[in-house]
Amino acid sequence: MTAAALRLENIVKTFPGVRALDGVSFDVRPGEVHALMGENGAGKSTLMKVLGGIHQPNEGTIHVGERPVVMQTPQDAKALGIMFIHQELSLATELSVAENIYLGALPTRGFGRVDRARLHADTQRILDKLRVSFGPGTKVGDLSIANQQMVEIARALTVDPVAVIFDEPTASLTDAEKVVLFDVIADLKAQGVGIIYISHRMEEIFRITDRISVLRDGQYRGTLDTAETDEDEVTQLMIGRALDLSRNTSHHQLGDVALEVQGLSCGRLYEDISFAVRRGEVVGFYGLVGAGRTEIAETLFGLREPSKGRILLDGSEVRLGSPADAIAHGISLVPEDRKGQGLVLGMNCRDNMTLPQVSDLASGMLTAEGAETDIFARYHESLDIRTPSWRQTVGNLSGGNQQKIVIGKWLAMKPKVLIVDEPTRGIDVGSKAEIHNLIRGLAADGYAVIVISSEMPEVLHVSDRIVAMFSGRITRTFSSEEVTEDALVQAISGLSEKPAA
Amino acid sequence: MQPGSLSTFLKRGAIWAFIAVELAFFSVAGQYLSVTDTAFLDLDNMLLLLKQSAPIGIIALGMTVVMINGNIDLSVGATFALAAIVLLDSMTWPIFAGLGDWVIPISWALALATGVVLGAINGFIVWKTGVDAFIVTLGAMLGYRGLVFMYNGEQPTSHLNWTLIDFAEAQVLGLHTATWFLLGTVLVLWLVMNFTVHGRNAYAIGDNREAAVNAGIRVGPHMMINFMLIGFLAALSAVVFYSESGSVNPNDGTLYELWAITAVVLGGTKLTGGSGSVVATFGGVIAIQLLRKGLGYIGADTETVNLVIGLILIAVLFLDRQLNVKGRQELRT
Repeated sequence: MTAAALRLENIVKTFPGVRALDGVSFDVRPGEVHALMGENGAGKSTLMKVLGGIHQPNEGTIHVGERPVVMQTPQDAKALGIMFIHQELSLATELSVAENIYLGALPTRGFGRVDRARLHADTQRILDKLRVSFGPGTKVGDLSIANQQMVEIARALTVDPVAVIFDEPTASLTDAEKVVLFDVIADLKAQGVGIIYISHRMEEIFRITDRISVLRDGQYRGTLDTAETDEDEVTQLMIGRALDLSRNTSHHQLGDVALEVQGLSCGRLYEDISFAVRRGEVVGFYGLVGAGRTEIAETLFGLREPSKGRILLDGSEVRLGSPADAIAHGISLVPEDRKGQGLVLGMNCRDNMTLPQVSDLASGMLTAEGAETDIFARYHESLDIRTPSWRQTVGNLSGGNQQKIVIGKWLAMKPKVLIVDEPTRGIDVGSKAEIHNLIRGLAADGYAVIVISSEMPEVLHVSDRIVAMFSGRITRTFSSEEVTEDALVQAISGLSEKPAA
Repeated sequence: MQPGSLSTFLKRGAIWAFIAVELAFFSVAGQYLSVTDTAFLDLDNMLLLLKQSAPIGIIALGMTVVMINGNIDLSVGATFALAAIVLLDSMTWPIFAGLGDWVIPISWALALATGVVLGAINGFIVWKTGVDAFIVTLGAMLGYRGLVFMYNGEQPTSHLNWTLIDFAEAQVLGLHTATWFLLGTVLVLWLVMNFTVHGRNAYAIGDNREAAVNAGIRVGPHMMINFMLIGFLAALSAVVFYSESGSVNPNDGTLYELWAITAVVLGGTKLTGGSGSVVATFGGVIAIQLLRKGLGYIGADTETVNLVIGLILIAVLFLDRQLNVKGRQELRT
């Protein structure tokens, strides 16, 4: 057996009061795709920061090839050939592709002038390897997210990498774009690069990785050969118990129609959308990114003006000019981008949860702190939000707990209609199941719920009915009994142009 | 103790520790270098220091609120001057001639209303046009100063009313009238920011405007209220100061906006909004005034004082970055 590309031995990293990494050991072989899995807070990000030279471990050693190394800065890591593809892109959108790729190491030709010819030639060589359609001179801001990610990958290829670490690379990619990414990973693998692949998506992990290492609570739980394991085993290792991944079969007593949409259109974003949601029902909107699902949600929440069509709540037509209008009519939205649109990260848990109703609770101009704390206590308990106290700053919570704060915020408003956009994006497996159960529970309590998701298991798991969208139109509506995975895939890829049921 | 609470404690207490260091330094250094015989920590000296802190202090407190809200107001110096002119000039208007000293509350009200209106103009433009508050109030700073000069040219506007001067120079429980206004403003704004809906929403808007909108908060009115508030406070500052001095030059109040921002930042309020405290700003105001007075006390001239304050501001903010982990990480890259 050849030496590992990257080997970690007994890495320990402590922060004041927390043992973030507690004896983590694993190795990545050259030409191997090695998945690193674990729930949020399991220590993956800390481990990556150790590998990236941002944190220094308190104990343990890192080997690159045969050599033990010490990395004091991100530059050290780069010099050793450890490259990162981050989940959040860090590109200068006003600069060209070539400039971004060689940022910090632009070729020069005396007096600090940039050697453009060489820059573009070098860049073209890397872009050819990635088989992308854009050139070195394209402005990065003009590229799609997927292509921006390719630029990020190209950046890692400017040196001969020993190991490339992908951190949730597919979070914002469409299925077609994922295929291209996987091809690139296969190429890297063929060149003998060691790859660490971090993702919450089981399907991808089983498609492209060779081995899977699992972290839980900062501890190394073991490494499995992908070919010899299955989702259940990995999940058990991650959360210490088995998961219920079955399809939704529970149906609740359906009430009246809470929300009805008739012939809603908004420019070219979506056209002629009609559907209804009853109390006690979860309607799942499934489709590819860009199919118009989020735009419909934004319209229902007063963020986007429709060009045509009617929105009826409890049978009477409403006009929603702003989120304040929508909230007043009893429509709530748990947005796709939790941190950007849902939470005030610098505020504490309680104040975030009561944000929409501070003035409703207040007596005169004064905030009602007691009533607010009661509301927090109620949802702290019922949603099982893991935080020591309401005083905790929301920015310090894990993704799953942050999402629960946002959901609690809207439940506390007692909405008629709750729209949840990508309820479990970036959330670990254990919390995912909790949030799915939570959504089913809401239907049982008589809420009308709309769930928008790009993950088929999620839509299948939570929905009573599934609305499939393709390119701004509803292609088909399924009941949970009749839906099959094949039919659903066809409906969202525009293969079957059957009218909406 | 929870992780992070030590650094929070250090940060919250930092401005007061800095003040304590200043007091100790000037007391000791003063014994060797002082140009006068009185001790630096002399009670009258300290009371005077509070009084002298009032004009910029009252403005800085309002600036804190505006900055927590995620905006900034550069027009406060000009608003201060214009309110002062309205105050002094309105006392001589013929329609109020028969009122005797009853003209005082009317002139005060007119001056304060001027501040509120100017602030409302800023707030309205920021709200309705969406132009950055920095640009809007930069324009207002020039525009309002223009109004000041249009009023009386290069001439000072003066009016002495002895009742008013007696009131302004009075000391109740040892504290000067101006000090009472300063402390009252601290108390009121502290209550507003910590116990009212408006205060809570101001923090939320400053931290994440989009999330605030999505929570149904009407962002515009809150911003407008804060601009009116700082306009009012700039005028209040003028009312307090010119009740005593009785004469306003058209260049008065120039650079007040920058001194106010300096005090706010020294108190730890973030330029990006969403966090900060009026009490810490009060500390920042006192710290600056102590530096000015202390350096004067040991014989430094005005130019030196400004140089030292500038250096200390940068040094303090650097230390602040060192105290917080995230800042330290940013410095390494």
